[in-house]
Amino acid sequence: MTAVPLGVPRRMVEFTVDGEEARVPEGATILDACRASGKDVPTLCQGDTLTPKNACRACVVEVEGSRTLVPACSRRAEPGMEVRTDTERARHSRKIVLELLASSVDLSTTPKAADWIKEYGAKPDRFGPDAARVDESPKIDNDLYVRAYDKCILCYKCVDACGEQWQNTFAISVSGRGFDARIAVEHDAPLTDSACVYCGNCVEVCPTGALSFKSEFDMRAAGTWNEAAQTRTTTVCAYCGVGCNLTLHVQDNEIVKVTSPHDNPVTHGNLCIKGRFGYQHVQNRG
Amino acid sequence: MDLHFGDGKPTDEERAAVDALLGPPRSSWEGAARDDMRAADLRWARGGREARERRDLLLPGLHALNDRIGWISEGALGYLCRRLTVPPAQAYGVATFYAMFSVKPRPATVLHVCTDLACTAAGASELCAGIEARLGVGSGVSVERGPCLGLCERAPAALAVRAGDPVRTAVSAPATVEGAVLAASAPDSAPVEPPAAMAVPQAGDPSLTLLRRVGVVDPSSLDDYRAHGGYTALRRAFELGPAGVIREVTDSGLLGRGGAAFPTGRKWQATASQPDHPHYLVCNADESEPGTFKDRVIMEGDPFALVEAMTIAAYATGAHQGYLYLRGEYPRALRRLEHAVAQARARGLLGEDVLGQGYAFDIEIRRGAGAYICGEETALFNSIEGYRGEPRSKPPFPVEKGLFGKPTVENNVETLVNVLPILTTGAQAYAAIGTGRSTGPKLFCVSGSVDRPGVYELPFGATLGELLVLAGVRDRLRAVLLGGAAGGFVRPDELDIPLTFEGTREAGTTLGSGVVMAFDDTVPLPRLLLRIAEFFRDESCGQCVPCRVGTVRQEEALHRIVERTGAAAAGDIALLREVGRAMRDASICGLGQTAWNAVESAIDRLGAYE
Repeated sequence: MTAVPLGVPRRMVEFTVDGEEARVPEGATILDACRASGKDVPTLCQGDTLTPKNACRACVVEVEGSRTLVPACSRRAEPGMEVRTDTERARHSRKIVLELLASSVDLSTTPKAADWIKEYGAKPDRFGPDAARVDESPKIDNDLYVRAYDKCILCYKCVDACGEQWQNTFAISVSGRGFDARIAVEHDAPLTDSACVYCGNCVEVCPTGALSFKSEFDMRAAGTWNEAAQTRTTTVCAYCGVGCNLTLHVQDNEIVKVTSPHDNPVTHGNLCIKGRFGYQHVQNRG
Repeated sequence: MDLHFGDGKPTDEERAAVDALLGPPRSSWEGAARDDMRAADLRWARGGREARERRDLLLPGLHALNDRIGWISEGALGYLCRRLTVPPAQAYGVATFYAMFSVKPRPATVLHVCTDLACTAAGASELCAGIEARLGVGSGVSVERGPCLGLCERAPAALAVRAGDPVRTAVSAPATVEGAVLAASAPDSAPVEPPAAMAVPQAGDPSLTLLRRVGVVDPSSLDDYRAHGGYTALRRAFELGPAGVIREVTDSGLLGRGGAAFPTGRKWQATASQPDHPHYLVCNADESEPGTFKDRVIMEGDPFALVEAMTIAAYATGAHQGYLYLRGEYPRALRRLEHAVAQARARGLLGEDVLGQGYAFDIEIRRGAGAYICGEETALFNSIEGYRGEPRSKPPFPVEKGLFGKPTVENNVETLVNVLPILTTGAQAYAAIGTGRSTGPKLFCVSGSVDRPGVYELPFGATLGELLVLAGVRDRLRAVLLGGAAGGFVRPDELDIPLTFEGTREAGTTLGSGVVMAFDDTVPLPRLLLRIAEFFRDESCGQCVPCRVGTVRQEEALHRIVERTGAAAAGDIALLREVGRAMRDASICGLGQTAWNAVESAIDRLGAYE
């Protein structure tokens, strides 16, 4: 199997994954190799537009000679490495990670979480009814997006997207530590008192639905959110001359949210406040 | 970066505390009054890259505020951020990471009372209750129960910190209700701490190597240090040259004493040979393992030895800047080391031209602020750099990309101090001490149910029993904790375990950082385990899931079985094993990987719940 990159040619690294020969370009991760060969390794904190923080540990695999398991999402492939993705040891850790997460936060809007929980035989209930949970009510302090930290798995994606990896606004960070660590703006203030510029790029990368459009949040609360009934149309933003791609999510002839294609070489899924949230004028039909 | 600093204004005192560290602001861009400088300010913007390169002053800045005011207000944090061009959200994340800082108003005096293992065994709970009863509401003192203060030989211990200019500290250990209340209410008139040598029961014994000067030398006098053999090792280092020093250290077989037992010579060689520059030296003095206090005793009793040893390590590895990262709970060690560094600098033993050899090296002391995780080497780098003390993922290893992304050698205090006898007596003589694979002398921190707790120096190879006899172990020994909270328990019938890296490994336990804590049968084991679990839950940085949630689930399970045994506990013990295994296998760093060790050993070796 071979993962073929675009761009300048790079040296190929040869190693084995589950006993099979693998070739990936230098710099590729173990996860890249797994994906290229069609292996399903669960990931939560890994994102296609970001350097993963490897904090969730859902993608751990065994590497020959390593004392502990290693995160496939960020460990780069090395020549001669022997990787095993599906051992009892790796599966055990993944199962426990899923149990720990599902017992502490609400994964109901995390894509694939339910499938993985089933696949790995995770039983989040076994920590008992008194198991500590991230007990937070949603923070609704602006009209654009909602922060529901009881769904947050602290993957750091929003921090990285807001910070040096994309937006350079640095409005959000992690505060506190341990189980009390939370994503927060300075002084745990409302978003409206923070440095947030409402680009929504944090919403774009959030893997669990902890950050969501106000429109989506309200519709979910009303029971009217229906992803199956939505169409997606990718178009060009008309606000300025950059020409960012917008994907309009439309349900019942209303735009319910706006995303951006991650494979776009200009935006990589990022937008500004106008592209992301400034769509109401389209719907002013009066 | 387009930073948003909010509307909070610092008080004059907060501004003064920050300015004392950073100097006065040069323009309104970094927080000076607008009226004074308007004309100049319109011509250029200050800050930017230049200010961001001072990001590593964030932690000292937070200390400056916390020391002067006692807590860190919104306005103060905003001003500090403006001065350093640090985003306030990040600074808030850093400020809330450390246990010694508060972002909420609190009294100027904080009394930290240790409730960790040795202190709990010595009655910390009753002490806390007594102190809290005496210092009722409105006393102006905030009593905070916390982890090990590194005063285990004098357990129970309390540390009072009173904010002001200057900040005042006082220690009460062994603490009584009266002593602790006095330390908190009048830190200046609290009794002086006993000298560091009191923690060394062997003090004066001519067979000592690492501790030979503790109690003999005046820790404030460079001349006295030199009169006792100080700086002969550095002279020898200059004779040998950097490669020669590394060869001696490699030949000596010195293994790191911080717990991981990595060959020091190999680490130095790997750093020295990195093409990227500059190289950095970091001394890890963040001794936070419950039960460990050996580094404190060296730093308080023989501070120049550490300064000399750091100079040698830097010379060998090609570093011109060293950072000494000292845990925030060691005020006396801080004073002694600040003095020692200043003395050495004044006398040409640090600075542009060390010993007239044309080699430049200087040491900056950085104070931790109450976070066990910052003893992890990469978390320590983040902490110095002004980020949350979260460990980085490895590889890349510090020898390649460490502090500020540059090749860095990091050693703990005890490891570095071993370099002095290696150079003065030679690698061969040094390697002749101890066993084949564990060479040299080793420091052990003995506390708990013994008559003479303290730091002991023995050649590697002595048995646990021999050490305990030396320390006057009391009757009815129930268990010994080796290596601290991250280590493991052994039984009283296992006292013939040789105290070497290989011997403890063969016995299925660890030497760790050299903690030997004895518990007699009056100590309720399940409560002790609960305290260990609570410690790890408290000290987890929260970055990775197995540790952040796993430590919570571990503590919950131990709570459920605290009074149960046998079949009633079996389900929860099975759960503990499963979670513990994932924590060990999948956590990012050593904290999560070892958080289950002590509990597991108590179940398997001591039959804690049978």
